[in-house]
Amino acid sequence: MDILWLIPTLPLLGFTILVLSSGRMPREKARVVGIGSIALSFMTTLYIATQYYAAASHGLDHGAGFTVSLWPWIVAGDLNLNFSLYLDGLSLSMLFVITGVGTLIHIYASGYMWDDPDYTRFFTYMNLFVAAMLMLVLADNLVLMFLGWEGVGLCSFLLIGFWYKDPENGFAARKAFVVTRAGDTAFAIGLFLLFRELGSLEIQEILHRATDEWEVGANMPTLIAILLLGGAVGKSAQLPLQTWLPDAMAGPTPVSALIHAATMVTAGVYLIARTHPVFLLSPTAMTLVASVGLITLLIAGFTALNQWDIKRVLAYSTMSQIGYMFLALGVEAWDSSIFHLMTHALFKALLFLTAGSIILALHHEQDIRKMGGLRKQLPVPFWCFLIGSACLIALPPTSGFWSKEPILLAAWEVDPVFWAGAVLGAFLTAIYTTRLMILVFFYTPEGGPPETHEPKGWQLHPPLIILAALSLVAGAFHLPAADALPHAHEHHPPLWVEVTGILLPLVGIFIGYQVFLKEKWQGLRLANQQALRDFLAKGWGFDWLYDALLVKPFLTLARLNRNDLVDLVPKGVVVASTQCYYFFSRGQNGQLRFYVATMAAAAIMIISLALFT
Amino acid sequence: MTDAVIIDHAFILAAILFCLGLTGVLVRRNLVFVLISLEVMLNAAGLAFIAAGSAWGQADGQIMFLAVVTLGAAEVAVGLGLTLLLFRRFNSIDIDQLNKLKG
Amino acid sequence: MSAIFFYNFIFYSTAVIAVVATLLMITRHNAVHALLYLIISSLSMAIIFYLLGAPFAAVLEVIIYAGAVMILFVFVVMMLNLGHRSVEQEAAWLPAKGWIVPSILAAVLLMLLVAGLGEPENLRGVHLVGVKEVGIVLFGPYLLVVELASFLLLAGLVGAYHLARRSTPPTPKYGDAQSHFTPVSDSEADEAATDQRIEEGKA
Repeated sequence: MDILWLIPTLPLLGFTILVLSSGRMPREKARVVGIGSIALSFMTTLYIATQYYAAASHGLDHGAGFTVSLWPWIVAGDLNLNFSLYLDGLSLSMLFVITGVGTLIHIYASGYMWDDPDYTRFFTYMNLFVAAMLMLVLADNLVLMFLGWEGVGLCSFLLIGFWYKDPENGFAARKAFVVTRAGDTAFAIGLFLLFRELGSLEIQEILHRATDEWEVGANMPTLIAILLLGGAVGKSAQLPLQTWLPDAMAGPTPVSALIHAATMVTAGVYLIARTHPVFLLSPTAMTLVASVGLITLLIAGFTALNQWDIKRVLAYSTMSQIGYMFLALGVEAWDSSIFHLMTHALFKALLFLTAGSIILALHHEQDIRKMGGLRKQLPVPFWCFLIGSACLIALPPTSGFWSKEPILLAAWEVDPVFWAGAVLGAFLTAIYTTRLMILVFFYTPEGGPPETHEPKGWQLHPPLIILAALSLVAGAFHLPAADALPHAHEHHPPLWVEVTGILLPLVGIFIGYQVFLKEKWQGLRLANQQALRDFLAKGWGFDWLYDALLVKPFLTLARLNRNDLVDLVPKGVVVASTQCYYFFSRGQNGQLRFYVATMAAAAIMIISLALFT
Repeated sequence: MTDAVIIDHAFILAAILFCLGLTGVLVRRNLVFVLISLEVMLNAAGLAFIAAGSAWGQADGQIMFLAVVTLGAAEVAVGLGLTLLLFRRFNSIDIDQLNKLKG
Repeated sequence: MSAIFFYNFIFYSTAVIAVVATLLMITRHNAVHALLYLIISSLSMAIIFYLLGAPFAAVLEVIIYAGAVMILFVFVVMMLNLGHRSVEQEAAWLPAKGWIVPSILAAVLLMLLVAGLGEPENLRGVHLVGVKEVGIVLFGPYLLVVELASFLLLAGLVGAYHLARRSTPPTPKYGDAQSHFTPVSDSEADEAATDQRIEEGKA
């Protein structure tokens, strides 16, 4: 366990080497550094995992974790923070996801970005991102976690705006940063409250003291939980801070795969899972978590039906699936949520990388209306996409099925409304996924399938195949996180609930097949109702709402204050002193009589002072 | 006692003469007249010293008067020399026009 | 008629003469008249000094003040030709409303000075301090005053000499065409030139 610190340090070292080389390193070496650091981190994770399981099999309490304290960080008054890392089942699961999927994505990216002139810069930012994410996951105290939180936000900004010469990418990056910043502020306030109430910021300390200090349903844990939830929805692109994720697709596809599918957007889920005792103390907050998840997954599902850009469909799909994770957290199905996080990371990364291959093959074409009938020309992407879609729809026996079913059942236990919404969401998922598959691979337009060229690079296919294999079989693995989280109650729902949960996606596939391939039942298509379609396609008008509520007043205020009221103070000082200068310099006129008169007046003043005081 | 009143009135006389001299300095524009009025002020100060010395019965008052007169003489000598120089240079002894020392 | 009454009468009348003379002096347009009034003022001051029991000061006043300093002024007035020719100029330079502010200032100062004098009961009477006593003090504790006064007078002397000098001709160097000095001239031609410049200055 002593080398736990290597895991976040190796990517950081990679970042440092690439930064110091400042673009002079040839691409072959850069990719070795970039991929190598993550791969070494992954191997260290495997080694640590063996040690963890060895300790667990020796009878150590399964829920306990290992703390590795590196050095004292901030010591100020009552605040005593160490730079210390904490490993338990939950962080071990996250480590596997980050380093494992991360390595595969890096390998893919070394081929995908080969023709890009900023090759080294890409891997610099990616390594920094992985280092920050690992710090987030391994942190023992909330301030260190916040450090990682901010770090991933920064790297997300840098990577979304990677092709900065196009201002649209800059806008998207800035939007992502500002929206998540709103969430970060809520998170920070929650941190301050936790410190003030409980006197510590170490996570394990907090979780013990919280249950001692507060009873269920008290006001303070509710407030803190809601604030932490605010931070989580910012990072995970849930309601109401979900507007940045579709625009974040402006970044390169490997970035979308790593950051906006597998890792950063799951940081919110991780946060809530990590601080679950605080949430358990507040039923209000739990309901809120579940509701946020539910509403987001429905909104995203409806919106994904109307997108024409392949990456935006996948982005809304990610939003929807994270909604499932939030829903699972809200109904106390903790391990299901984390399991779904892992499987989602696998198949969503697979889908994004496959989409990247398609985009490359079609010369950077992302509009699915211009695709069609590609299954003969791109066989490997086709089968991988098929497997990924099957996981997304949660067809048995893929891993997606094994992770989504428990969520549905747990939702039934808590509230049938949650279950109904979740099942509706699964139905929508099936429809839009089928739509995507058909429009890209099956449906052949009149002119025939578009031109493709096989992209060069051996790195593009193997990661896809590995991810596809893992997505299929991941359902069989026992999740290390399950040991660290409280077990959900045993589910005994009626049979019809389970059956509906399995059948409804199949119905959705059938409907999608009919509408998009056989072109029957066209009345169901919304293509004819322009207003409704625009509303749904633009994410239910949230962008317009935020623009009117927040952006326009701010810009108006800035325009009103163009001459800067606050600047009047220093300007006023300058004006006042200049006026004094003009006034007093009139007394230096060289007139002798004026000087004598001044002296006489001064003498009068002094004498009267002496006489009358 | 009348003697004490005399001393007091001598001080008042000195004050009157001083203020008259000050008025003269402030009003006149001719440099020579300014110097003359300055002499009046010095004279008044000397009177105050003499009166004080007489009141205390000591010679210090007259010594101070000696110093004042010496000062006045030296100052008049140099001042008048400067006046001549100024007149030769600027052709004017109007102190309102001799205002080159301004800021 | 007691001696004290006589004494007071002389004191107050001399004081009135001094004040009136000074008042007249500062309002004259003719420089020579002003100087004459100043001489009257100094002489009355000398009488007052004598009445205050300071004969040495009285004599000093007459000799140095009314004698040397006034003569110096008269000389300069003559050199600048501030006689009856400049009377109109002086009249022009003394408008009535130019007296207001200085008078107010001086009046305020006067009131303050008189108010600051305080009660006269603590003052003792007039004492006679004779020449002998002054001489003893002068050669005793106040020896340095004499030295300082001589420094001052030397400085004044050198300054006055240097400042009032006419500009000298250039000193000849060896090899110059000129082989002798031209002395500083105080000739009629220079006087005439000065007169002319005064005329031009007034115009």
